[in-house]
Amino acid sequence: MDPAELAARASYGRLLSILAVRTRDVAGAEDALAEAFLAAVAQWPVEGVPRSPEAWLLTAARRKLVDAARRRRTRDEKRALLEVDFDEADGNVFGDERLRLLFVCAHPAIEAAVRTPLMLQTVLGLDAARIASALRVAPKTMGQRLWRAKTKIRDAGISFDVAVEDLPGRSFAVLEAIYAAYGSGWEDVAGQAAASRGLTEEAIWLARLTVRLLPDEPEARGLLALMLYAEARATARRGETGEYVPLTEQDPSRWDPRRIAEAEAILQETARMGRVGPLQIEAAIQSAHIDARRTGARDDRALSLLYEALVRMAPTLGVRIAHAVALSNTEGAAHAIERLDAIESSASEDYQPYWSARAHLLERLGRLGDARDAYERAIGLAEDDGVRRWLLAKKRALGT
Amino acid sequence: MRYALLVYETEAGIAGRGDPEYQAAYRAYIKAIYESGTAYAGSGLRDAATTATTLRLVGGQRHIQDGPFADTKEQLAGFFLIDVPDLDKALEWAARCPSTARGGIVEVRPALEQNEPCQPAEPET
Repeated sequence: MDPAELAARASYGRLLSILAVRTRDVAGAEDALAEAFLAAVAQWPVEGVPRSPEAWLLTAARRKLVDAARRRRTRDEKRALLEVDFDEADGNVFGDERLRLLFVCAHPAIEAAVRTPLMLQTVLGLDAARIASALRVAPKTMGQRLWRAKTKIRDAGISFDVAVEDLPGRSFAVLEAIYAAYGSGWEDVAGQAAASRGLTEEAIWLARLTVRLLPDEPEARGLLALMLYAEARATARRGETGEYVPLTEQDPSRWDPRRIAEAEAILQETARMGRVGPLQIEAAIQSAHIDARRTGARDDRALSLLYEALVRMAPTLGVRIAHAVALSNTEGAAHAIERLDAIESSASEDYQPYWSARAHLLERLGRLGDARDAYERAIGLAEDDGVRRWLLAKKRALGT
Repeated sequence: MRYALLVYETEAGIAGRGDPEYQAAYRAYIKAIYESGTAYAGSGLRDAATTATTLRLVGGQRHIQDGPFADTKEQLAGFFLIDVPDLDKALEWAARCPSTARGGIVEVRPALEQNEPCQPAEPET
């Protein structure tokens, strides 16, 4: 995203959250803001850009909301009008309500699968088609899910106030949703086409915002560091012909030292807060891997311990697989295969990284026939062509 | 739910079918989609431009024409019939299809259920 686009998104999210928090109606606030933007497009070229464009937009949107409430003439009319009657727009200083909006998007009453798209749309103003494409969901389905979620926020009366005791659990849901947005882009290794590229930059931007809004939450910083480490290595994951390059074969000179330095600084500063969590550990694992490639000396025991801790805190499928692979360097590949065997087949059956890891471990054990079968399955499940070609080459190297 | 994954390929895609790497990728994809219990039928199709024959009845008379029904840039190159819990899962399998890496397109179409009236459903609101 270019700086102008980011600035526009910043204002959009800030304005929408002010309107939505006052009216408790995200969909209504979106409509009003959209109309305000339309009015701006018509008037600013003629009358000149107002001194404070954001204040102008907020005032215009507020008028639209009042009009809409009058038109509805419902029993809620008076309440709606009262709640719309706020005066931030008259001054030049807005409070930042985006944190509340983030927390509403991550409310337990909102279906987990729609939290990420809801944040991307309300806080960043991304359109449903773009979100659907990046998260690999049908655009129509995405539109319906978003609409249902917004209707629920309004009709179920989901509170825009978050109690202090709810903060830790809810902030985790916020961070999880941001990480999911990043993951959509990270897996999209190819990602050249602008229309289908992932949401990595947007996710990093949201994480920066969350760190600013939740300065005492170490996991928010952990997530930011984690994504910066990953982003630093993003381009090095591809060779000259677009082939996939695994971390252990990446050329560290192609990493972005600026992002790595920022991530290291964040991680160190976060460690001093003395409250460790899964995202900080994931960031620490990234740091250890990067350090190993840079110095040529990998601390397998430390990595195993970090993964061990991570499995205890967040035993997701991906983490359990990574833990097994890390264990193979300290306790041997046979032990690691046992760990993989313990993963229930309903989860691993169509999960490409599981089969890639399995193939790699079987190959190390010299069980070449089994390794070939596992590579075959991984190839069949690969979505990225670079990954597919890399796996095909691995299988070919095993002979027939 | 049952879906059809209809794989469309460009002329270049059809011409590239002989590439051993492409064939190996397809073999693995077919194996995975069947072994996971996802697909229950399917087939690749020969080049439409050189092998398709089209039939229609005009006033009770068979009109048989050499060539595909529609002359388009992309042609139907193969299909899978799959059974998955929802559209998202169907899209996941569509994305894994090796044709997509070579400019191919996968159309995902929900199948009519048995005895389902063959008319469009009420639009969802």
